Amino acid sequence: MAHSSATTAPEKSVWDGGTSPMGVSYGKLMMWFFLLSDAFTFSGLLITYGLVRSSHPAFNGLPEAFTFSTEYWPIPEKVFEAVPFLHGYSLPLVFVGIMTFILIMSSVTMVLAVEAGHRMDRKAVEKWMLWTIIGGITFLSCQAWEWTHFIVGTDAPTLVKDFVNGQWITKEVVGANLHINQYGPQPFADFFFFITGFHGFHVFSGVLLNFLIYYNTVTGVYDRRGHYEMVEKVGLYWHFVDLVWVFVFTFFYLV
Amino acid sequence: MAHHSHEPQVTVLPPNKEKIKKLWTVAGILGAVTAVEFVIAFTMPHGAAKTALFVILTIVKAGYIVGEFMHLKYEVKVLFWSILIPTLFIIWMLVAFVYEGMKMPVF
Repeated sequence: MAHSSATTAPEKSVWDGGTSPMGVSYGKLMMWFFLLSDAFTFSGLLITYGLVRSSHPAFNGLPEAFTFSTEYWPIPEKVFEAVPFLHGYSLPLVFVGIMTFILIMSSVTMVLAVEAGHRMDRKAVEKWMLWTIIGGITFLSCQAWEWTHFIVGTDAPTLVKDFVNGQWITKEVVGANLHINQYGPQPFADFFFFITGFHGFHVFSGVLLNFLIYYNTVTGVYDRRGHYEMVEKVGLYWHFVDLVWVFVFTFFYLV
Repeated sequence: MAHHSHEPQVTVLPPNKEKIKKLWTVAGILGAVTAVEFVIAFTMPHGAAKTALFVILTIVKAGYIVGEFMHLKYEVKVLFWSILIPTLFIIWMLVAFVYEGMKMPVF
């Protein structure tokens, strides 16, 4: 082998440089690996939720008989049952279902923008990016309402036992924050703020990136560059945000 | 000179009807699976079977999003497995932590 003749070139592996063994550009590959690391972060949050939840007693009665108490973990559908403009109606998970639908739709418009980018169709990219931005802002607005409702609380207060100045007292609690929680054990509220908050921050960053892409598209940056790969890269991020929501929806709201 | 706007010659291709149709089909599947999850949420009693069903449906949705929307299904095999194999650690983390949680009651 060492005496390879000059007539045959040495065998060159795809990993020896000069080619892209993974068939994608540097930027796209790094976006994939960033998203993988981000998936680990979200898994850490959701799995810790599972750990803490499984260490608390579950509510064993019928769902109809459920009341808020710090003694057991709440049934999510009994916590998230409010919808804007329909005060007083019990509509479990309806609003969060609408939010899921909005995010899935904005994922579709994003992938349509990517398709348009492949065809160098600037007008279509503009249209679909704008729809994606609108979808993102709508989702964030829904989340702002959801948070407000969660913080302000229900009409009827929950009686919560608390240890104050060396003795147990019972107090009325309405709403939730990082110190009090009317819906159940304190970690439930903490996880709500951290998990949906961390996801919401990703959506917010995504909207900013989408706007940047939209701006560059309108000003013709990608036409001059000759390709719309930036739309694909930010598209990957945007789909990932949708993907995370699918998991948050299941593990925080459904299970 | 700097203000002389020079628009590059760009050839716009017609929409790929087949591809767009497929994307909407995937969106329809995602919506349908979510609807099924809703039905299950209000018709099935709480328990391990319900949770397992939710997990399966979530993985189905995740598969469509990552495979079709993020196009991973059509990427080179090396990239596909480089992304997929590390997620096995997440499954292990989930099993280990939830098992530990059940052994560590707060009350």
